[in-house]
Amino acid sequence: MTFWSRTAKISVSLALIMIVMAILVEITILGENPWMRVFFGVSALNFTLRAAIPLVLGALSGILCERSGIINIGIEGMMLAGAFAGFVAKSSTNDWPLYASLLFSVLVALGVGGLMGLLHGLFSIRFRMDQIISGTVIIILAAGLSSYLYDRDAISAGKFTPIPIPLLSEIPVIGPVIFNNAPITYVALLLVLIVHIAIFHTRWGLRTRAVGEHPRAADTEGINVNRQRYFNTMLGGMLAGLAGGFLVLEAVGQFQEGMTAGRGFISLAAMIFGNWTPFGALGAATLFGYTQALQNEFLLAGVTTIPRQFVSMLPYIVTIVAVSGLVGRVRPPAAIGKSYDTEGNK
Amino acid sequence: MAQANSNKPNVTQKQFFLGVFLIPFLALLTALAAGAVVMLAFGDDPILAYQGLFQGAFGSGRAWSVTIRKMIPFILTGLSVAVAFKAGLFNIGASGQFVMGSVCSVAIGIHFEGLPMIIHLPLAILSGMLGGMIWGAIPGLLKVTTGAHEVIVTIMMNYLASLFAGWTVYAGGTQGQTPGPLWDRTARAISETPDVFDSAQIPWLFGPPYRVHYGVFLALIAVVVVWWLIYKTTIGFEIRTVGQNPKAARYAGIRVEKTVVLTMGLAGALAGLAGTIEALGLNHKFAPEFGGQVGFDGITVALLGQTHPFGVVIASFLIGALDAGAAKMQFESGVAADIIQVIQALVLAFVAAPLIIKALFRLRSSDDEKHATKLNTSWGGS
Repeated sequence: MTFWSRTAKISVSLALIMIVMAILVEITILGENPWMRVFFGVSALNFTLRAAIPLVLGALSGILCERSGIINIGIEGMMLAGAFAGFVAKSSTNDWPLYASLLFSVLVALGVGGLMGLLHGLFSIRFRMDQIISGTVIIILAAGLSSYLYDRDAISAGKFTPIPIPLLSEIPVIGPVIFNNAPITYVALLLVLIVHIAIFHTRWGLRTRAVGEHPRAADTEGINVNRQRYFNTMLGGMLAGLAGGFLVLEAVGQFQEGMTAGRGFISLAAMIFGNWTPFGALGAATLFGYTQALQNEFLLAGVTTIPRQFVSMLPYIVTIVAVSGLVGRVRPPAAIGKSYDTEGNK
Repeated sequence: MAQANSNKPNVTQKQFFLGVFLIPFLALLTALAAGAVVMLAFGDDPILAYQGLFQGAFGSGRAWSVTIRKMIPFILTGLSVAVAFKAGLFNIGASGQFVMGSVCSVAIGIHFEGLPMIIHLPLAILSGMLGGMIWGAIPGLLKVTTGAHEVIVTIMMNYLASLFAGWTVYAGGTQGQTPGPLWDRTARAISETPDVFDSAQIPWLFGPPYRVHYGVFLALIAVVVVWWLIYKTTIGFEIRTVGQNPKAARYAGIRVEKTVVLTMGLAGALAGLAGTIEALGLNHKFAPEFGGQVGFDGITVALLGQTHPFGVVIASFLIGALDAGAAKMQFESGVAADIIQVIQALVLAFVAAPLIIKALFRLRSSDDEKHATKLNTSWGGS
């Protein structure tokens, strides 16, 4: 039931439609229509996936935290911190062999993201700060620190390049879109499956959900509620850090101030849209990624009838529509946003 | 914090002092100290930096005028966030409302040449407030009709506002894109509006070089009006009740939905007024780069001011001083002005979690739950 939740169904069907359309555009007469190429060309699908990866990772980060009862609006900040840390690590190890340096930078991004997650946990669990405000602190802190420490002369040389998977990458359309990507993309897609299994089919996942739904009951069963929450926010921070690492080490290859540009918030929307399930989040992230791809394709196709600013509004408008269109159809974990102590007054 | 204890009759004098004055003060102090540690850790000289900061904020008449000028938008965005907090709502959208305020006021200001100031200026100000109000009310409306959480919607509205504003002043592209409706034709490739007519400019208080304008009084009037509205009227009572307990408010016959939309509209109008005053008083035009951090700063100001209108004024003074001194600090000591943002984040953290400050200074820990700022946090309906 959890796997085929309604949102997951919707998003998987959307993805299927897009792939079918892309195949049609690629091999039939449809491809001669320039609009069809804008909407369903392989390049649009490629861009969709590239835009979706940080959103998926961010949404998974949110799922890990929120399933255990901690609201995480700080994803944006954790992502930015990860991106910056990855950049600093990469630019100071430029003389290492490329892959060693890149892997090291990914680890640093993961680590710093995890630290930000721990900080969020510390604020909201130990110091019982309002979780939304704690997230805001994380966002401002990450933005401030990364600008303060940013050395504008530093450059990071090289980034992850696509590794085609033998045979699979030969399949028309699906091959170049899904099986010809750089490592973090594969990892992110695998993580969707891993987090799904971890949350719904392991003891850790059962505990996480228990802590997020009914901490008192979980406590009675001998689960250490707050330890579980600390652990989950740290893991969540690491995933958001990886999303930042993706931006610097795989997508762009450089750091820019404020480069996350709202992706953390959109992943939050993807998490909600996906009803706190990994596959739902993947679908939602793909949808949001597609709107960004369209924006890109419109520019490339030189569409000038619609001002580019309005085209750029698409991802944000779709996000608003997505979070507004789902009343009563999504259900957040019951104990979300509430701090818990064992003495029990709440 | 203040939202819980400001009219509780059984709060002792000492607790009141602790919550309202001591903790924000210690929070600021701790944040400055922590900022110094960060600077030391990365090889900057904090003493030199803070000297420069102080010089830049209070070192001369000119410095004071910058501090006062910087206060104005902080007061209004701080009020905006504080009013929303009162109803348990989190307005991260002050940036977007600010931008909409600027654009809408400038749109009136650059038209209607020859209108007397007594009509033109108020019209432009009202237009800006209306723009902000609409931008704030939309997330409120979506929240009560669809359950969409205002945090996400207001953030998305920020991006929409800056894109929309960018379009209105867009200079057109090399590929023949049509320029925006407010673009200054004489500015060639620069995307900005023309200057607003004199009759729509908020006048200077003194001559140059002191760029303080009458907007500071508008901001202070807004403070008093908001204080009166929140603490002395039925609407204010309803807002506070909804913030403290929406269920109880509903039982008491308060129309929660109406109150939420109203509060968000009011918050939007205040942030819009901030943008209006910056546009008509200081920049005299709109360009996409005006706006920046004000929204997030408003959150810090609101919480540092304990979500009380008068507290917001004091907090704006402090944050305004930090902001005013930043440039001088960077010039004198070479410390990047961005450290101010780090310090602000720390202020926010320490104010929002009095437990940290209490643990640091070994203050008697009492009634933590009551002292903590709490929002109505749930992603779903409710």
